[in-house]
Amino acid sequence: MENNSVSEKSLKERILRIIDKNSKLSVQELSVMLGNTEQEVAAAVSEMEADQTICGYTTLINWEKVDNEKITALIEVKVTPQRGQGFDVIAERIYKFSEVEAVYLMSGGFDLTVIVKGNSMREVAGFVSAKLAPMEAVLSTATHFVLKKYKEHGIAMETEQIDERMLVTP
Amino acid sequence: MRDPINSTITGIKPSGIRKFFDVVSEMKDAISLGVGEPDFDTPWHIREEGIYSLEKGRGHYTSNAGLIELRHEIAAYMERRFGLGYDAVKEILVTIGGSEAIDLGLRVMLDPGDEVIIPQPSYVSYEPCTIMAGGTPKIVELKAEDDFRLNPKALLDAITPKTKVLVLPFPNNPTGAVMGAEYLEEIAKIVIQKDLFVISDEIYAELTYGQKHASIAQFEGMKERTVVINGFSKAYAMTGWRLGFACGPVNIIKQMTKLHQFAIMCAPTTSQYAAIEALKKGDDDVARMCEAYDARRRFLLHELNRMGLSCFEAKGAFYVFPCIRHLGMTSEEFATDLLKEERVAVVPGTAFGDCGEGFLRISYAYSIEKLKTALQRIERYLNQKGKV
Repeated sequence: MENNSVSEKSLKERILRIIDKNSKLSVQELSVMLGNTEQEVAAAVSEMEADQTICGYTTLINWEKVDNEKITALIEVKVTPQRGQGFDVIAERIYKFSEVEAVYLMSGGFDLTVIVKGNSMREVAGFVSAKLAPMEAVLSTATHFVLKKYKEHGIAMETEQIDERMLVTP
Repeated sequence: MRDPINSTITGIKPSGIRKFFDVVSEMKDAISLGVGEPDFDTPWHIREEGIYSLEKGRGHYTSNAGLIELRHEIAAYMERRFGLGYDAVKEILVTIGGSEAIDLGLRVMLDPGDEVIIPQPSYVSYEPCTIMAGGTPKIVELKAEDDFRLNPKALLDAITPKTKVLVLPFPNNPTGAVMGAEYLEEIAKIVIQKDLFVISDEIYAELTYGQKHASIAQFEGMKERTVVINGFSKAYAMTGWRLGFACGPVNIIKQMTKLHQFAIMCAPTTSQYAAIEALKKGDDDVARMCEAYDARRRFLLHELNRMGLSCFEAKGAFYVFPCIRHLGMTSEEFATDLLKEERVAVVPGTAFGDCGEGFLRISYAYSIEKLKTALQRIERYLNQKGKV
């Protein structure tokens, strides 16, 4: 195989850039696309799975297309950091709930962004009032419900992909 | 009534690709791998700059040669990418796509009877533009055994006392061939020795894989006899914006600008503003698209070779050029039959010159998913014909 124009970039990085947008590709397909052997690609993927560079393989779903309409909320949380442990302990207490989709430590007016998914507004509200707000370290919460998702993971959700090119051109 | 049409024009064959386009267009469920333009949309920040220019009311003519700010950006680009210094005021012309620059370049250089060496298979316009400019096309065949590079010996054989211009179409559409510096050097020597001029169509310069593009203008003594043609269509996915440029010696660019002034006035203003943004901030977009093309290229080459359609390793543009000679069909028969049986459109090599016979142009300006589906159909077709 010839040298790749991007060979200076590591194989791992090149793998990640492809599977970031399409995790369906097989090791065999990746190896062909990258110009590396299957063994090299498989080894790199295993290493990245082991060291949690790759944390899982998900599917990007537009749930609005399915009856099962999930509710997503973004909750701003102010907390009291714990001496010696900062925000990590309280963040962990929060992210371990299965309802919680994502937790980010923020700069600015509040401390944690908590993304919560539920089957109904009532369910999400229940989680906030019963689990999240009463935590000792939690000072306040502000819950915002998501009304519509326009773009997620770099992909616009509702734009139809129409190939507008003429079918054959020189 | 007299015939209203010029006889030179009627003598020009219509593009072979057009005929095929008409057939494909009638099939609603066809998957096409026949497109000669990027599947990516123009990066948003570039489009947004075009929109902004419209909001600002920038809908007027620009200077004939193009916005001076754009020409400065083009000069900076040619310098940083190829180490070629061009005067933004006198040596650069902004055109309506690379295709206008090809036409202008030939028209300003050719006197009646001058011969133009055109390597084929190659883009469809060199030959008719030569004829319309009053020149005589001399075709040099690019061969698979040379990896579709221009063979210096074949070039020498084609040169006569009447030869004036060599068209150099690399990276090549339709073969995907590139010519590295080590091969261009030989050609440059011949050009200088025979006192020729070069129109170097480098529209795919940014799309090379495994090696950086080299321009023949980089060789000593060549810049003053070369018109480098490039543009925004392929690198920045801006085909419909119709914007290209020519860089060359003052005397040639001056005359090209004169013709451009009379026929065109100036390239579209909106596109010019968008192009400034592309050159200033588009390097990452080009790298991203190039990486995606490269992955598809490897995939396509691997799959076609696996099916027994031997493909030389194309290292430029976004085409591969598999050979179908062993199947006992002409390119056109194969393409027509494949379209009828499996609804996959590929372009017969003959659309790019008679010597494209026995080959197909397959474009990888498509997503991997689409390529996969098309390849499955091609494989099924080959199996059914008992040709694998």
